[in-house]
Amino acid sequence: MAFACIYIPDFMVQSLMRSEPALRDGPLAVIEGAPPLWNVVAANPVALRAGLKLGMTKAQAEEFGIPVRHRSESQEKATHAALLDAGWGASPRVEETREDTIVLDIAGLDSLFGSRNDIARELARRASHLGLIPQVAAASSIEAAIHAARGFAGITVIPDGEERKALSGLPIHVLSAGVETIEVLERWGVETLGGLANLPVLPLSERLGAEGVRLHQIASGSCTRSIVLASPSLHFEEEMELEDAVEELDPLSFLLGRLLDQLCARLAGRALALRALHLQFDLEPHFEREFRSLADDVRPREATVYGKVLTLPVPVRDAKLLLQLLRLQLQSDPPLASIRKISLSAEASAPRVTQNGLFAPQAPDPEKLELTLARLAKLVGQANAGSPEPLDTHRPGAFRMNRFAPSQVRPEKSAQNASGKIGTAKPMQGFRAIRPPVPITVDIRDEEPVRVYLRGKCGTVTAASGPWKTSGDWWQDSWQHSEWDVALDFGTRTALRGSEPRPDQGVYRIYNDGRQGRWFVRGTHD
Amino acid sequence: MSRNTAILRSHVESELRGRVASPFAEKACGNPELVSSGIPEIDALSGGLPRGALTEIYGPPCSGRMTLLVSMLAERTAETEACALIDVQDTFDPLAAAAAGVALDRLLWVRCKSLDQGLRAADLLVRGGGFGLIAMDLSETAPKTARAVPLNVWFRFRRAVENTATILALFAQQPNAPCASLVLGLQAEAARWRGASAGAPSFIRLLENAPLEAAIVRSRIPRPGRKCVHIFPRRGSWPTDAATPPGRIEPQMAWAISPDEKFDPSDSDAIGFASLYSSS
Repeated sequence: MAFACIYIPDFMVQSLMRSEPALRDGPLAVIEGAPPLWNVVAANPVALRAGLKLGMTKAQAEEFGIPVRHRSESQEKATHAALLDAGWGASPRVEETREDTIVLDIAGLDSLFGSRNDIARELARRASHLGLIPQVAAASSIEAAIHAARGFAGITVIPDGEERKALSGLPIHVLSAGVETIEVLERWGVETLGGLANLPVLPLSERLGAEGVRLHQIASGSCTRSIVLASPSLHFEEEMELEDAVEELDPLSFLLGRLLDQLCARLAGRALALRALHLQFDLEPHFEREFRSLADDVRPREATVYGKVLTLPVPVRDAKLLLQLLRLQLQSDPPLASIRKISLSAEASAPRVTQNGLFAPQAPDPEKLELTLARLAKLVGQANAGSPEPLDTHRPGAFRMNRFAPSQVRPEKSAQNASGKIGTAKPMQGFRAIRPPVPITVDIRDEEPVRVYLRGKCGTVTAASGPWKTSGDWWQDSWQHSEWDVALDFGTRTALRGSEPRPDQGVYRIYNDGRQGRWFVRGTHD
Repeated sequence: MSRNTAILRSHVESELRGRVASPFAEKACGNPELVSSGIPEIDALSGGLPRGALTEIYGPPCSGRMTLLVSMLAERTAETEACALIDVQDTFDPLAAAAAGVALDRLLWVRCKSLDQGLRAADLLVRGGGFGLIAMDLSETAPKTARAVPLNVWFRFRRAVENTATILALFAQQPNAPCASLVLGLQAEAARWRGASAGAPSFIRLLENAPLEAAIVRSRIPRPGRKCVHIFPRRGSWPTDAATPPGRIEPQMAWAISPDEKFDPSDSDAIGFASLYSSS
């Protein structure tokens, strides 16, 4: 049996440093409490060396010139989840021991990573990739690995059978025991695990009960227990509470980029990719709007939460691409107030493994296409860029726009081209629509149009076909048309100054709207 | 080459020395891959549409530009290629295109509100790459407006699709892009009507097609020797495709549709036409 433990010292501080890498090398104090009674609850060693003490007030801490941040439980939760992801990336058997500690069963990983030392180094690298400074230990028992990780900085590998010797120098504080028990041991003069291991078990049991025996077994390296497995989750979430609300897109993009980097690093650690991204902003209450909405009860109050969902056609793990897509969405539909909290959650799936075949028809790269579509949507509007789909109705010109996602499946040959006539058959007459239909004036003689007045021009009808009557949707928004195909002769026209005049003729489709009693032109046969 | 031109040329070359190897050297375009336009007559005329090049098709209104555009889209989408249409004046009819065989799920239709939007959309699409056909439809844009587009825009677009498998097609009323590798001019011919005997009432007449004449205006690719062709499209979508049979027509009119024509039972259009009346 072999186990490894990843321990993150000063977890509260490191959680905040993970989201603000600039703070990593300097002092940092974490405060918590009900305003204005904020007290320092955690600080990194640099801050403690500067003279900061736990329990100081915020004002006292600020006198040291040390950056002070509020404790963020959401970031601690995200950091813990990231730590677990790093563990699952290396081994499927992971125990969620504490918020700052996880244990991995590394039996059998030697064929993948090498020796026990290499495995510990790999785990440390993965945790460092998350922006954390870990302490990693590997041993043959769970408790030995946990306590070695808590007690020794860097990477520690304990050979089999040398747990007692390795742990003997550790201070008694690394034990996961109650404060009273530790105090009792200190009163006895026991300062290290080696000292605790040297105590006789029976008298210790009489004085400290089962807890004393457990601590003795830990100190002597003979404590064995089974690993409690945590179930892997496919839910990835990153949150950031902002000290100062953000209003502009550029600083917001910077924060989003950092969160996306963290999210993608977690996904990469689990060999997953992102299928959909849910973005949520908690907005600052807008006092002016609040006041107005209070004054006018009829108006609905502004929402304080802003949400967007980015659904991707293929799984993606490119933080830059995701940031660009989010930026485009935010530019087209910006939040109405400043942002005080950002939440990103990802729906994960297996990454795209399809490789284009040598003879596959060309198609846009899905990731690049997604970016192009987002830019097009920003340019012309979401509803104006996509694949059209005719609707199941007789209403002329009825269609809807779908998201463009070209399929690579070659369609079965329809009856039209079943004989492989594409490229050899006659083309179909094209029809050019005019949107919206242009109102026209039509002269009628013997129930047939003889002259059409279109955009200030008078056209003589040289041939006509119709009327073709259509109607529908009588239950709502009904329509009733009498359509004609008419060949119109407008005489001659000059396209550009100096060019010779040419006959201005064409075949148009016009219709009479029975409900309005007016004539319109729907399009031309072009 | 005049002396002034030669001096100017040498001056430009000396200024660009070290940065551009030979600024005035014609890039060997070789023989680009040619693909079918979907219209055999056009293929016979031009040899096909060149990939990695700009093709310009122009003609007056109702001269068959949409017929050619839809045929090209149908042909490319049938080959499972992704196509993009930049519709500057929003005149594309997806129902007619679907009837012509365009696989709409492989078509990216960009409906623009102005020429500026269209040019920006085209820029995004040519830079995005991967499309088999990118068509820009300026057919309903006034020639004067289309001429106002700086020439370097077309050069940039052509440059963006060079060495790719994309066909960049521009449809307009007048030629605009001097850098186009293939320029086709279209002209409309008189529309042909079915059942159009003199004096026949309009309700027994149907539009058969609007023939067009296509001619090569300029080509930088090897091609067959023909100069122009006549194209007779098959009938497009009749109003009757969406309509119920007109109730005002009496059943006995069914045999009167072609008083001066012989009824051909093998003609599916004629059968449909006759059955249309007999059913009412």
